[in-house]
Amino acid sequence: MSLLTDLLNLDLSDCTGKIIAEYIWVGGTGMDVRSKARTLPGPVDDPSKLPNWNFDGSSTGQATGDDSEVILRPQAIFRDPFRKGNNILVKSITSFRQVICDCYSPTGEPIPSNKRYNAERIFSHPDVKAEEPWYGIEQEYTLLQKDTNWPIGWPLGGYPGPQGPYYCAAGADKSYGRDIVDAHYKACLYAGINIGGINAEVMPGQWEFQVGPSVGIAAGDQLWAARYILERITEIAGVVVSFDPKPIPGEWNGAGAHVNYSTKSMRSEGGYELIKKAIKKLEARHMEHIAAYGEGNERRLTGRHETADINTFTWGVANRGASVRVGRDTEKEGKGYFEDRRPSSNMDPYVVTSMIAETTVLCNSNLSNGSK
Amino acid sequence: MALLTDLLNLDLSGSTEKIIAEYIWIGGSGMDLRSKARTLPGPVSDPSKLPKWNYDGSSTGQAPGEDSEVILYPQAIFKDPFRRGNNILVMCDCYTPAGEPIPTNKRNAAAKIFSNPAVAAEEPWYGIEQEYTLLQKDINWPLGWPVGGFPGPQGPYYCSIGAEKSFGRDIVDSHYKACLFAGINISGINGEVMPGQWEFQVGPSVGISAGDQVWVARYILERITEIAGVVVTFDPKPIPGDWNGAGAHTNYSTESMRKDGGFEVIVAAVEKLKLRHKEHIAAYGEGNERRLTGKHETADIHTFSWGVANRGASIRVGRETEQNGKGYFEDRRPASNMDPYVVTAMIADTTLLWKP
Repeated sequence: MSLLTDLLNLDLSDCTGKIIAEYIWVGGTGMDVRSKARTLPGPVDDPSKLPNWNFDGSSTGQATGDDSEVILRPQAIFRDPFRKGNNILVKSITSFRQVICDCYSPTGEPIPSNKRYNAERIFSHPDVKAEEPWYGIEQEYTLLQKDTNWPIGWPLGGYPGPQGPYYCAAGADKSYGRDIVDAHYKACLYAGINIGGINAEVMPGQWEFQVGPSVGIAAGDQLWAARYILERITEIAGVVVSFDPKPIPGEWNGAGAHVNYSTKSMRSEGGYELIKKAIKKLEARHMEHIAAYGEGNERRLTGRHETADINTFTWGVANRGASVRVGRDTEKEGKGYFEDRRPSSNMDPYVVTSMIAETTVLCNSNLSNGSK
Repeated sequence: MALLTDLLNLDLSGSTEKIIAEYIWIGGSGMDLRSKARTLPGPVSDPSKLPKWNYDGSSTGQAPGEDSEVILYPQAIFKDPFRRGNNILVMCDCYTPAGEPIPTNKRNAAAKIFSNPAVAAEEPWYGIEQEYTLLQKDINWPLGWPVGGFPGPQGPYYCSIGAEKSFGRDIVDSHYKACLFAGINISGINGEVMPGQWEFQVGPSVGISAGDQVWVARYILERITEIAGVVVTFDPKPIPGDWNGAGAHTNYSTESMRKDGGFEVIVAAVEKLKLRHKEHIAAYGEGNERRLTGKHETADIHTFSWGVANRGASIRVGRETEQNGKGYFEDRRPASNMDPYVVTAMIADTTLLWKP
């Protein structure tokens, strides 16, 4: 197929100023990423200069056939690692009707069209902005063989040897799919995503990448773009990616999306006290957070396999069996960040990051249900 | 095959001025694309400066054996994305030696409509959404579908990504860049509702160039599927049952529709199209009755309807057009195997020239 590769790698900058923009959005299930491309007359680096677009919402469970147009509004630009050149990926949000005012319907309700919009309202609250919330998200995922949906590297109709040898391993009998992981790493760096690292996980065929530290709403944008690039790469590799929190029941680790978090105050002198206060607020809203931390999480948060039981809130220094873990460095220096280990791999990063900010910065310590 | 690729990619500009021109025409079925190449002494950018040529019409069902020469008139030039350099693709139409368009030549009649002063003054713009299905070679079953079976029902595939949902992206993405290279006004691509089905859009193009660009885009697509070892079909309903068909929705506007007050002009035009529904349907592609059932985002073939943002209607007007009071509308009736010369000219004819 060398000629096909020549065409795919055509550098168009010699013959046209036009670029290709791939608009990306989250579909009706909340986890299906969709995209389509359009030609633009020249390079763009500012999302506000990109045109709005629209798509057939009746084909993604987001609208009915007789009123099917859903608007796509560009929010963040990344360089396209597949088309390269000046071509771009555009992370967009969906909304119904052209938004002309402050996103409220005639009856005064906010349009419930997308999670990012709600997260942005929290992140633009002056108290939250002043605290400059940083997020480091550890996205775990499992690679599956196409057609059988059994983890890659696992024998068909059987199981590999028990967990132990696989975490951060090398070797053809222990590490499966490294090409995908390494291609993803470079592609994300190319795209301008703040990917902090990668590692192989405890369950064979399971991997993790980290995005961050990102400020506020950028954490969600970057994680969704990174997930998009990952699934495009697995598509090329002929492999399926799963964000299910417990892909294989039994003595096999689940997949999470631990969220590391800090605010300006936590990063400054005396921050450790604020961290402890913040954790107490999270404890008071444990059930509300759990409800928003991903579907199927009860299969993962059992209290075993480095998780805390879903019904109990605990925290501790260097404790991987707790809901929230504080690093030894943070304890020693009296400032730093903490890790919320509860979110599952299929969590929505807009929901989780904004909820943590809302609970720890905006909620009153004495209220158990808090609100803006 | 390293040596073959070296030869295919030879940059001849270092050794000769000569260029290769691939002449493309439409064959006797009205859907089969044909082409052959010739050497020219130097670069050409104006179709009127290209020599006429001819071919054996008895081998394409377009002439009898005893009087087989069909003459090729060059009409549009595009850069050749396969040979690159100064080499070109040349879209042609077909004439008898006496200079008459042969019966399968639809471009000639379309060009006459577009040069009518009443039409030319309105500068008709077209955006054509060409859908198509990729099939596994030899068995003609859609790409990515299990042999002897079916994939899970429609839902996950539209604009999707992932090895279990999206089949053939290499073909689609290389086609996108190849068309941009060639100078075709390709405005976008997307994965369609049925797995293995895709769409690209060409436009906005003015008048006769819409047809030229769509035909050359189809040519480039089939050349690419040839490289990929996959078959492309423009059949409007490749798989019967609960699987979407393939269309060639045609978006259209005139100068008056694009100006203030244009929405009224659009409504009037749509009413005229309603009066000629049967004539249009007859020219909108073979086999369309298998696709236009009223289900799967189509309108029933016997009924004419229109609506804002309504994908179940014959004609759809976008919300933006309604809001702005001007813009364009989408004729959703043409099948994927329509002839763009016929459809674009007919829409112009009915809305601008025809009197009810």
